[in-house]
Amino acid sequence: MASATQIDHLELLLGQDSSSSFPEMASSAREQALAAGLPAVKEEEYKFTAIQRKIEKSISDFGRAKVLELTPEQVAAALPEGFDGDYIVFNNGIPELNLSSFGQEGYTATLLSGSRPEKLGKVAKNEKDVFTAINTASFIDGLHIEVAKNQQIEKPIHFLFFNQSNSGQVINSRILIEVEANAEISFLENTVSVNDESYFLNQVTEVIAAPNSKSSYSRLQNESNQAITVNNFETDIHRDAVFTSNVISLGGDMVRNNLTLNLLDSGCEGNMYGLYLLNGKTHVDNHTNVDHTKPHAESNELYKGILADSSRGVFNGKIFVRQDAQKTNAFQQNNNILLSEDATINTKPQLEIWADDVKCSHGCTTGQLDEEALFYLQARGLGKDQAKGLMLYAFAGEVLEHIPDEAFRNHADALVKERLGTKI
Amino acid sequence: MLTIKNLHASIEGNPILKGINLEVKAGEVHAIMGPNGSGKSTLASVLAGREEYEITEGEVLFKNKDLLDLAPEDRAREGVFLAFQYPVEIPGVSTTNFLRTAVNQVREYRGQEPLDAVKFLSVMKEKMKLVEIDQKLLSRSLNEGFSGGEKKRNEIFQMAMLEPTLSILDETDSGLDIDALRIVSNGVNKLKSAETATIVVTHYQRLLEYIVPDFVHVLYNGRIVKSGTKELALELEEKGYDWIKEEANAASV
Ligand SMILES: Nc1ncnc2c1ncn2[C@@H]1O[C@H](COP(=O)(O)OP(=O)(O)OP(=O)(O)O)[C@@H](O)[C@H]1O
Ligand SMILES: [Mg+2]
Repeated sequence: MASATQIDHLELLLGQDSSSSFPEMASSAREQALAAGLPAVKEEEYKFTAIQRKIEKSISDFGRAKVLELTPEQVAAALPEGFDGDYIVFNNGIPELNLSSFGQEGYTATLLSGSRPEKLGKVAKNEKDVFTAINTASFIDGLHIEVAKNQQIEKPIHFLFFNQSNSGQVINSRILIEVEANAEISFLENTVSVNDESYFLNQVTEVIAAPNSKSSYSRLQNESNQAITVNNFETDIHRDAVFTSNVISLGGDMVRNNLTLNLLDSGCEGNMYGLYLLNGKTHVDNHTNVDHTKPHAESNELYKGILADSSRGVFNGKIFVRQDAQKTNAFQQNNNILLSEDATINTKPQLEIWADDVKCSHGCTTGQLDEEALFYLQARGLGKDQAKGLMLYAFAGEVLEHIPDEAFRNHADALVKERLGTKI
Repeated sequence: MLTIKNLHASIEGNPILKGINLEVKAGEVHAIMGPNGSGKSTLASVLAGREEYEITEGEVLFKNKDLLDLAPEDRAREGVFLAFQYPVEIPGVSTTNFLRTAVNQVREYRGQEPLDAVKFLSVMKEKMKLVEIDQKLLSRSLNEGFSGGEKKRNEIFQMAMLEPTLSILDETDSGLDIDALRIVSNGVNKLKSAETATIVVTHYQRLLEYIVPDFVHVLYNGRIVKSGTKELALELEEKGYDWIKEEANAASV
């Protein structure tokens, strides 16, 4: 149970002001959060990620980060080169629609306070993770996207998060996406730290993928090494729908991603791809969870990590196959390369299979760079760093290729290449 | 071109090469034969710069430079090429993928202009013909799922692209059928000139009918215990290695 000091920090996180657009929802979430308490290190789910201690140490103010001065130039500079699509700016977590750009029809983007969607909080539930409850109790306003039935939105919608705080403040962001039947759309997200001050970003994103829809959500996490992020992302995938998540993590102080795909009906498909490229002291924890509830659904998962310096990675991949979910296909793979003796990875597949007729495979590997291969390339005249970079890039490329938008993929690709020191 | 003097090398404290002496001049072809485990691949790897081996004694001069002092990539740039006995698989990296950078790094070192994409492609096409290799193979993950013959052809293709002065072919003939053997040997022969030299490591006299050696050496237990002309290879084919081993063992008592 929550100890006295935990409650202190939790209360600080929850704050006192009641500027929520959903006061009733907020106050019951507050009760839920207080009852749950911040995860202690002993807690299985957060065993390797001492998020509570990290917040205690790095967050000094606990105020809600205020809306900051943001110019259209700053926004333009944050877009990937050659980007063609719509974009929506989040200013310290709050959507700023007048700095955003909407060129396409077939979907609507509104503030949560305006549309007051009934589905809000129905996908990512407060009781599941205390940070979701904290978010529900604290977010001021958020974004609601509705993609109309049968609409194919050709160009991507790019969410740009600008985060800045003065002395370690808290940013809560909330997004609800409803992709209606047969619609197609892809979302992109980039989190930008405006300066090097510490902050705590607590994101909750809920997606509802209606029958036969096709959608994807690609994220680039490249925050400053003072940033603490908890991201709760959950998607309900309905009959014959396909949903794909790509998560590229390149920076931050401590990042925790809870990604859950609920495969709610037959014929649906959920894909999860992830790449974490870590250096310094960055700590990235990916907890993924795919829940197969009905027969004939498929999930694919590939997470890869390259860890340098004294960085730390955690991968926990849960595959849950319920008794009803016969003929499930579920694949999971996690591969890691450690570039330094001080880097660590904790990887754990977690399979709970209650149906008997399923195809389920998983595997994880952790190793160093293949010295034989390195020598081979050197013996062909490639410099050692080039050879290393080439091999690591080939390793990472398998994840990057799943990003659907070319400009965004190239942007991620360039950052990865720069990090790996390869010019090829 | 290459002078090896009293070379000793060990791995994890086990001496493998125990005093190799060899002189290779431009224009020459040397064959190195010898029983399994005698140190042939070790010698080839040491020349190419594999770091696992510790050189405990001796020296190697290549074009009057201390070869052992150079990083593997610089040896390649100086003109040493090793065709691997067991070419390594590298997932996600294709031959075309790394070879242009490799070729241009080598060219830069040699003071030559880099090849642009168009020129590179045309050189590649020409060299592909030489070893009858398919472009599709070159854009697949290196050596992953390649047949034995495809791997060896790809080695010789890369050799052709890198234009080495000293080529060391470590059992490039092993596992090749007669057609593939002819193709590979043809390739090697076309790349030979008065300025280049070749060391072929092989178990089979058969190869030496295609790539005719000026000298044949027998490596046994980390030393060259016998040298001769191409007739020595015929004799070995006929009589095996036992008589050589006996001679060598008698001499070392
Ligand atoms: N990494 C290593 N660790 C320990 N011993 C090794 C290692 N590499 C080679 N050796 C040993 O060194 C000796 C020489 O090996 P090498 O591969 O050079 O033989 P070779 O003459 O090429 O044999 P083959 O004809 O089978 O190719 C062998 O006894 C081998 O077991
Ligand atoms: Mg050998």
